[in-house]
Amino acid sequence: MSRPRAQGWTFWIGIALSLLLMLMPLPTLVQPLKPYWPALVLIYWSLETSDRVSVGLAFGVGLAADLLNGALLGDQALRLAILAFIVLRFRSRLRFFPMWQQALAVWLLLLNNHVLQALIRAFAGDAPMPALSWLAPAVGAIIWPFVFLLLDDVNTRLRGKAT
Amino acid sequence: MALPQKESTPIFSDATAGTLRLIVYLALAAVLMVLDHRNDWLHRARYVTAAAIVPIYKLAAAPSDWIHAAGTAFTDRKTLIDENRQLRETLMLAQARLNRMNAVTHQNARLKQLLDTQHLLGMHAQLARLIDVQLGPTRDRVMLNVGVREGVHTGQVLIDSHGVMGQVVETLPHASIAMLVIDPDHSVPVVVSRTGLRGVAHGTGDTGKLVVPNLPLSSDIKPGDQLVTSGLGGRFPAGFPLGTVTRLERDPSGMFLQAFVKPAAELERSGEVLLLRDQPDPVGPPAPAPQFGPPDTLAPDAVAARPRAASAGAGQ
Repeated sequence: MSRPRAQGWTFWIGIALSLLLMLMPLPTLVQPLKPYWPALVLIYWSLETSDRVSVGLAFGVGLAADLLNGALLGDQALRLAILAFIVLRFRSRLRFFPMWQQALAVWLLLLNNHVLQALIRAFAGDAPMPALSWLAPAVGAIIWPFVFLLLDDVNTRLRGKAT
Repeated sequence: MALPQKESTPIFSDATAGTLRLIVYLALAAVLMVLDHRNDWLHRARYVTAAAIVPIYKLAAAPSDWIHAAGTAFTDRKTLIDENRQLRETLMLAQARLNRMNAVTHQNARLKQLLDTQHLLGMHAQLARLIDVQLGPTRDRVMLNVGVREGVHTGQVLIDSHGVMGQVVETLPHASIAMLVIDPDHSVPVVVSRTGLRGVAHGTGDTGKLVVPNLPLSSDIKPGDQLVTSGLGGRFPAGFPLGTVTRLERDPSGMFLQAFVKPAAELERSGEVLLLRDQPDPVGPPAPAPQFGPPDTLAPDAVAARPRAASAGAGQ
């Protein structure tokens, strides 16, 4: 009873923090390099447990993100739903990848996400994204091991305390 | 959540069901995006949920505020003294300029009264603070801490002490979103203050650069020229500095010049800004001037002129 609840808390707090991090400004020079935090947190949780993250939940998180800082309602919902779908489909393989391979997979996932974003912006008639932002998926992949270890550590600690 | 689904749908395998669900969500997202693009749902949704959303923005802006506060707290004495002296100099300079401006304003007011102008243009401005959050992937929109309840409405012009910053594009009850002049979707009608050459300055998405395209090759403009708003179009009041021409080059077709402009406003700095309360002069030609000169009755063909003058008076 208390174990899923503790995990539920960490899950929702993690999602909320990732949305806050997404809103937080960085110095102008490194601004375009900012990784897409909600995607990283969703990837971690869909690898960690099979029953918590679903395509629908990713869709919901995306809608919340759109409401907070999107230009178009449904844009991030679509991208996160696709991301969650891919991760859940290849979950059993991704879980047992060594860390560097996992980071590579995360890079591909984020790159796919970025391409979709560029496409959606082009369709909506918005201005194209700055060229430097194409490095953001790589930054996401580089920090992925740290995100993974941090979330994993918090998760195991809380689980150990709860049982 | 997925488990009962697995048992209750024997028609499809798990993978097929997952793919179907994905397709449903993708369709839903596509429909949402199209509807939002047409009807501006996002703005309305933000407006309705503003009570919950604005605190989140404030929370996200808090760390950068703390960093600023910490920066102020730990600045050493010498820096503060230097800054103080510099500020005092700037203040004195500004004061001197203001005094001169005052004299000019008084003179202007006298002249206007002399000309029996209908109304004096008094600029009312409202102080607003920027909330430091990132909206969208680029940094050409800013959030302000005043909204509809404080009397802000879409289209109000945002300035700082150096020049035009942008305009309000979206309003929430206690916050609003402004588009900066560097946004690629933003354009300002401008005029070169030295020669009176007119143009339209577009944003480039690049901080610190605007572009004025389609200037004739023979036009009298050179690097260092000051651009001010022209007031055409009725959105921006005339005479506010926009920026300085930094570079001129031919556009890709070779038929026109384009001027690159460095904005005068300090778009990078966060802090206090001014929202202009008064809308600029209404669009359209000015009201007809009152008649000067001797009355019509003294005209040589007074008989012919009188009915015309009467009908003109009735028309007004």
